[in-house]
Amino acid sequence: MKAAAFDYVAPQTVAAALDALDAEGEARILAGGQSLAPLLNLRLATPKRLVDIGRIAALRRIEDRGDHHRIGAMVTHAAIEDGGMALADHGMLAHVAAGIAYRAVRNRGTIGGSLAHADPSGDWPSALMALDARAVAAGRAGEREIAIRDFLRGAFATALEPGEMLTAILLPKLSAAARWGYYKIVRKAGEFPEAIGAALFDSERRRARIVIGALGSAPLPLDNLAARAAEKGIEAVALDAVEAALREAAPDLDRIALRHHAVAARRAILEALAP
Amino acid sequence: MQAHGKPGTGIGARLRRKEDARFLAGKGNYVSDIAMPGLMDVAFLRSPVAHARIRAVTAPAGAEDRVFRAEDLGGVKPMQAQSGIPGYRASDYPILATGKVRFVGEALAMCLGRNRAEAEDLAGEVTLDLEELPPVVDMLAARRAGAPLVHEHWGDNLFLTTAVDGRIDEVARTAPVVVKREYRMARQCMSPLEGKGVLAYWDDRHGQLVVVTSTQVPHIIRTGLAECLGLEQRLIRVIAPDVGGGFGYKCVLQPEEVAVAWLAMKRRHPVRWIEDRREHLTAGANARQHHYLVTAYADRRGKLLGLDAEVSVDVGAYSVWPFTACLEAAQAGGNLPGPYVVPAYRCKTYSIATNKPPFCPYRGVARPGVCFAIELTIDAIARAVGREPAEVRAENLVPASAMPYNNITNKHYDSGDYPKSLRMAMEAIDFAGIRARQRRGEADGRRIGIGFSTYTEQSAHGTKVFASWGIPIVPGYEQATVRLTPDGGLEIRVGTQSIGQGLETTLAQVASEILTIDPARINVVHGDTALTPYSTGAYASRSMVMAGGAVSRSSTVLAGRIARIGAHLMQCRTEEVRLAEGRVFGPAGDVSLEEIAKVWYLRPDQLPEDVDLGGLEATVGYRPKVDTGAFSYATHAAVVAVDPETGVTQILDYVIVEDCGTLVNPMIVEGQAFGGAAQGIGTALYEESSYDEAGQPLASTLIDYLLPGTTEVPAMRMQHIETPSPYTEHGIKGVGEGGAIAPPAAIVNAINDALAPLGAELGETPATPRRVLAAILAASERQAAE
Ligand SMILES: Cc1cc2nc3c(=O)[nH]c(=O)nc-3n(C[C@H](O)[C@H](O)[C@H](O)COP(=O)(O)OP(=O)(O)OC[C@H]3O[C@@H](n4cnc5c(N)ncnc54)[C@H](O)[C@@H]3O)c2cc1C
Repeated sequence: MKAAAFDYVAPQTVAAALDALDAEGEARILAGGQSLAPLLNLRLATPKRLVDIGRIAALRRIEDRGDHHRIGAMVTHAAIEDGGMALADHGMLAHVAAGIAYRAVRNRGTIGGSLAHADPSGDWPSALMALDARAVAAGRAGEREIAIRDFLRGAFATALEPGEMLTAILLPKLSAAARWGYYKIVRKAGEFPEAIGAALFDSERRRARIVIGALGSAPLPLDNLAARAAEKGIEAVALDAVEAALREAAPDLDRIALRHHAVAARRAILEALAP
Repeated sequence: MQAHGKPGTGIGARLRRKEDARFLAGKGNYVSDIAMPGLMDVAFLRSPVAHARIRAVTAPAGAEDRVFRAEDLGGVKPMQAQSGIPGYRASDYPILATGKVRFVGEALAMCLGRNRAEAEDLAGEVTLDLEELPPVVDMLAARRAGAPLVHEHWGDNLFLTTAVDGRIDEVARTAPVVVKREYRMARQCMSPLEGKGVLAYWDDRHGQLVVVTSTQVPHIIRTGLAECLGLEQRLIRVIAPDVGGGFGYKCVLQPEEVAVAWLAMKRRHPVRWIEDRREHLTAGANARQHHYLVTAYADRRGKLLGLDAEVSVDVGAYSVWPFTACLEAAQAGGNLPGPYVVPAYRCKTYSIATNKPPFCPYRGVARPGVCFAIELTIDAIARAVGREPAEVRAENLVPASAMPYNNITNKHYDSGDYPKSLRMAMEAIDFAGIRARQRRGEADGRRIGIGFSTYTEQSAHGTKVFASWGIPIVPGYEQATVRLTPDGGLEIRVGTQSIGQGLETTLAQVASEILTIDPARINVVHGDTALTPYSTGAYASRSMVMAGGAVSRSSTVLAGRIARIGAHLMQCRTEEVRLAEGRVFGPAGDVSLEEIAKVWYLRPDQLPEDVDLGGLEATVGYRPKVDTGAFSYATHAAVVAVDPETGVTQILDYVIVEDCGTLVNPMIVEGQAFGGAAQGIGTALYEESSYDEAGQPLASTLIDYLLPGTTEVPAMRMQHIETPSPYTEHGIKGVGEGGAIAPPAAIVNAINDALAPLGAELGETPATPRRVLAAILAASERQAAE
């Protein structure tokens, strides 16, 4: 399949990109193209105009902002994997990035594109939710910050308004005591997962998060279970207990999916809490 | 492990592949690499629904001359593959859907553009008026009365039913052990790196329609095109350029080949169609889908007493040409007993029409399914009698002392030692060590399992076998031309096709064995009906045996003529000379092939009056002593680790012990086995073309259709047994398909071995985490209920 015809613009600044988005006709942002290009080729997406944000230097930067890092939307999976910048995340982002697809995809795919695409099976939505990250959306009216939990509205649905774009992700710094775990069940290396479990325990910051991903909808936080695990430790999160908590939160899962997601979550928890 | 191979450049040498120089440099030349002035692209508008009556297909206003529907293809005949098997129903496979559409992806119109994108734009503007009909998607449902009918006038959905009715009632009554199982192998696609592609134009100089197509069988394609287009065959030239894998998809005539060829004649400018991955996955190379009900009877030691089976094959909507819709079931019924002594056998087969794309013969044709069914059954019998599966397997195999052996379905196993291949595989994979490791358990909680599978591969099965199926094309003899060039190099011309299997090297090695010419000075010409002797082409693991035999015979004739000229030049008797190192040696000196060639071509004044006027070119035909085939065989052994919480399976070790007779090039044999096994791993664990109830394909991109990659295919190890076939030139047996046959059985046996302590068992491919986990959960529920 070949894409239907479209116009192509490559603005140099966020302001110019917002102008291009706003102009007449249906426009779509092109980041790394690793999700959008197949959609174009299959003619599942037929925008009139592509706004390539790859030339906007500001979107490729990672900045230290005191209690958090600001990661530009166009930072690639590969750049995060290679870890050029200390993120005060105990290596969680680099670990997650290294598990996305294959290097060729990681060279082009971006953290912003992945989050904006909001594929339920994508890695960043689950990982960034567990980290309590925030999305920065830019529009004509300026920038606004949205917690990832609110940003992800469902499968392929986000809180971005028409004419808005995602410019950065704000990643809170973890304390020295923080521990994380991340586990994916995949049929083969580089494929989209059957289930994702992400866990984060930061006792100093009084944060405990367990997030279940690859559900067919937005990632699901299991806060009560996380609190119990933080308080009582590994014994509180036997497979049965995780499965029960998940069944309550996601009653539509079939038997196998329930088990897969519970196992992924439990392994992430064990990884985080293991002595 | 020491690399197997003989010194020199002839048969048995581990020679690097001649063709790889261009492939590795990216200089291969495939259909889609060909540029021509005025070339236009075709996109096919394909049916969005599985079953519907066609009311109208309407081109957008102004584009009527660039949209072609069935009714525009006046005079083009549908493909019809007849079979001589009584009761067989041939389907008319229309070039463009006619009257009804019968599967999602069936071509409804051919749209022409300056490039593919424009052609797709046009296809998007064609309007369809389709009256939807209920589809029949599940093959077992299709067998039931009242199911929707794919071809109404048949009255049911059966292309063919066959029965081998051996007497089994007595065994059934008295056998102490009875094992009943149901098995399924999923529908899948062949996924060669290069999909189909065809480019056609009219050549005014030769007055010929030239069809450049990615095929395994150029001569057969010419015959098929001539039939459908109503042309004399001399008016058609078929060229196969480099072919990036065929696997069976490219040994049948595709409707797109006919349509594009027709369009080139109509438009008188070059046109092409290049299949894309989505077309391939949804409308193209469907294969493998079998369903088995097996009842095995055995004694208390697990020795087989009888086998009773029902095999269903989901053939899809139409029969492919020329191999028909019954090849698969016929092969399944004939091969189910496998390498075993089966005293009593009954088998019914059903070739069932459904609203899915037509079934093509895929590497191994039916045997991966058959091997899966019998090998899982052997292991199930062993578990039923409480014995080691490998031992039960060994005791049931046809012993070497019984060779040659006619089995219960009249397959003539020509030679070899099947139990030895199993013993060698057990040793190579450290069977005892794995059993000890299993007793110790794994630190990570995974379960280790070991599985074996032994099979026979009937290669180069010839006239009788195909004639008994009565299909339109029956292979028989094979010819090859060898020609010494005026400077002492060699050209070989064969009508069979290299599709990546290394024929340009191995055929050169056969010639080198006899003529002692360095393969670096040998060209193999193939892939052009205008340049090569007739051949039915590359399939059924026949090229090395058949074309190799023909090259050997023609080289031998050429060697005789070379010797005579050499003897004359050295003034000695022909009996006194011999060929070596590219020279003819006499009692008192020697002369090079280059000098001999130069004399024949350029200085005939130096030749005697009675010289053989055939010269330094010979075309000779070949056929093995029997045409029941040369049987290769192998044992594959797999060690897997199964995660019992997730059902994820990882292959830890994989060993192949194979006997394909005389090895022409051990490295190429290993490459064939490894490549085939990689595909078998895909069948075992990953690949599945599933359909929903409406007949919509659910795996339409490589996100949904998982192929094994470098991280999933282990570093396999291979050992050889070399038992020459008594019936073929040099004792060669075919090897192209075998690798793909055994892995599903070996791997799922290994999974079942790992799960046995949990009481779980799987009988289906691919063994996805979901299926494995479902089996584990079902077993634990059963145990909880007990
Ligand atoms: C073979 C393969 C395997 C993959 N495996 C995985 C995997 O295992 N895990 C995983 O997480 N992902 C996987 N992916 C997806 C990959 O991570 C993509 O990079 C990601 O989904 C999209 O990022 P992108 O930069 O390529 O965005 P694009 O494809 O360019 O855009 C995706 C969508 O987001 C929109 N968009 C992009 N940037 C912005 C922005 N700044 N503001 C607003 N909208 C925006 C686009 O308009 C488009 O709709 C895989 C992809 C491929 C091709």
